[in-house]
Amino acid sequence: MIEEVFSVELPVGEKLVIKKNRLTGKEPFSKRLAIVTGIHGDEFEGQYICYEVARRIMGGIEYFNGTVDLYPALNPLGLDIADRKIPKLNMDLNRMFPGKKNGTTMERVAAAIIDDISGADMCLDVHASNIFVKEIPQVRVSEEFADKLLPYAKLLNTDMVWTNASATVHESTLTHSMNMLGVPSMVVEMGVGTRIDRGYGSQVVDGIFHLMKEMGMWDGSVGEIQYPAISTDGEVEFIRSRITGVFLPTIEHNHYVTKGDKLGEIVSPLEGRILEEIIAEKSGLVFTLREYPFVREGSLLARILTGIGEE
Amino acid sequence: MHKEEIYTVKSPYREDMTIWGYRFGKGEPAACILGSVRGNEMQQMYICSQLVRALKELEANGCINANKRIMVIPVINGMGLNVSKRFFGVEDMDINRGFPGKVNGDTTDRIAHGIFEKIKEYTYGIQLTSFYMSGEFVPHVRMMETGYQNTSLANLFGLPYVVVRKPSPLDTKTLNYNWQNEMTAAFSVYTNKNDTIDEESARQAVAAVLRFLTRMGIIRYESHSGYISHVIMEHDLTDVHVEMGGIFKGLVKPGEDVRYGELLAEVIDPYEGFIRETITAPTDGIVFFAHTEPLVAQGDIAYRLIHRLHL
Ligand SMILES: [Zn+2]
Repeated sequence: MIEEVFSVELPVGEKLVIKKNRLTGKEPFSKRLAIVTGIHGDEFEGQYICYEVARRIMGGIEYFNGTVDLYPALNPLGLDIADRKIPKLNMDLNRMFPGKKNGTTMERVAAAIIDDISGADMCLDVHASNIFVKEIPQVRVSEEFADKLLPYAKLLNTDMVWTNASATVHESTLTHSMNMLGVPSMVVEMGVGTRIDRGYGSQVVDGIFHLMKEMGMWDGSVGEIQYPAISTDGEVEFIRSRITGVFLPTIEHNHYVTKGDKLGEIVSPLEGRILEEIIAEKSGLVFTLREYPFVREGSLLARILTGIGEE
Repeated sequence: MHKEEIYTVKSPYREDMTIWGYRFGKGEPAACILGSVRGNEMQQMYICSQLVRALKELEANGCINANKRIMVIPVINGMGLNVSKRFFGVEDMDINRGFPGKVNGDTTDRIAHGIFEKIKEYTYGIQLTSFYMSGEFVPHVRMMETGYQNTSLANLFGLPYVVVRKPSPLDTKTLNYNWQNEMTAAFSVYTNKNDTIDEESARQAVAAVLRFLTRMGIIRYESHSGYISHVIMEHDLTDVHVEMGGIFKGLVKPGEDVRYGELLAEVIDPYEGFIRETITAPTDGIVFFAHTEPLVAQGDIAYRLIHRLHL
């Protein structure tokens, strides 16, 4: 059933409406899973996830117990024009939680989202990186809640679980707010902004049904499940540009590299020459790779997961 | 006056963006003044440029006190100013949410770090800045409640109000907060405009900064005594929301006295021109902040009032 979560009147002949689809199976009050996406308007991977979860549940409704709430567009204005932030306000919605019931319009939006998800048994917030770098399917959990979340994170059929040391700003994210309210919540990250990778999406949807099975929400079959590499910040090597130019990768995303391998080059189109060669300083899996060509000093080029065996 | 390079950012096809600092006097780092961190803070840039001009004259007349050094940085995000973008680069990052910065971080982190390293040693830090909500304020000095804030020093600017704000997690990335963490007494000065130049309020801000520097024994300058500031806590302000979207017709300005029940604004239907809503004052007070854009959404803050204490 399609429901309205929040609605607010915009200045000129339109309302900002946040919708969810509530799917109910046997014993609808036994368990509730919330899947949210579209906080960042330039990320679309979650669109496929919502579609595919709804499709599979409706196709196997006899195997379904409890309630799944799907929120495909928490930032509808941003999604409409592929704006990562909240258009006009120019603020990141995922830095505004838990919001305020009597605050500004967007603070109320954030508060209404929190309110609606509260009471769920689990919340998954699906992200698609940004337009700059591509990610392999991974779960990100903050260190603070890692003990509680890791057993669930492992079920999601991703390639990796990254336990992030929490920076202060992470306190304003949706997942942090939900975890503080006692709803186990995880960020699922995959792909690249403005695109959908159906392979990644299907992999994660298999994981979601696996999680549902473990939660007692799904009695149907689940595809073959892999278990992720579990890593902490100490095992993640950040490779950043030291120079301004155009980045041309020479490796594939989601591949193992050995120390000394060339990852790519930064070139000058004006001068027709290579400005810098990017060499791996450690061996490991390239789980993040830059897609956006222009780089400045400091731009993220790749992230390598170290400390894992080679294939 | 000595002009020095604070930090330089390169770009593939634009000229280098050099952040320039203007140094006056010699000796101990007494006061640092920052202007436009964001690409729409034109009033702030203008005020700083006028401060550079005034300090240059004062220095020529021997009016910078012995062993006192002043630094003025009028412009940070020059690239943004030239293309009318508030935030920096294609990543659209707010430099004022990047402090204290990271030497090995992304481009914005590096800019913030480069600046912060050069300015963190000053005893007094003054930032001319704007709020995340667009609109007009009564000129005031704003401080974060960090435990180190000193409102009696803020009174010495002689502006009508000193506002103390409880920091949210996001505020911990601002310059003001990080300056205070480094034991710099930090003040944010807000005037009533951002993206237009207002001569009168600019003169008021220049006078306030010069008055402060005089009272702290850094310069010698004939200044009027200014206002005796009222100290207010931000959370004590009364927010007046609109209930409907439409065209906003504000009837009172920042600084004006309003009475309980007085008409403050009208919301006009954008198609048919009738008055959809009238906004009246919920209390006697002084207008501290006013929405000034022509459009409003349901729930937006039209005004923030300082509740007047009856004597
Ligand atoms: Zn995202």
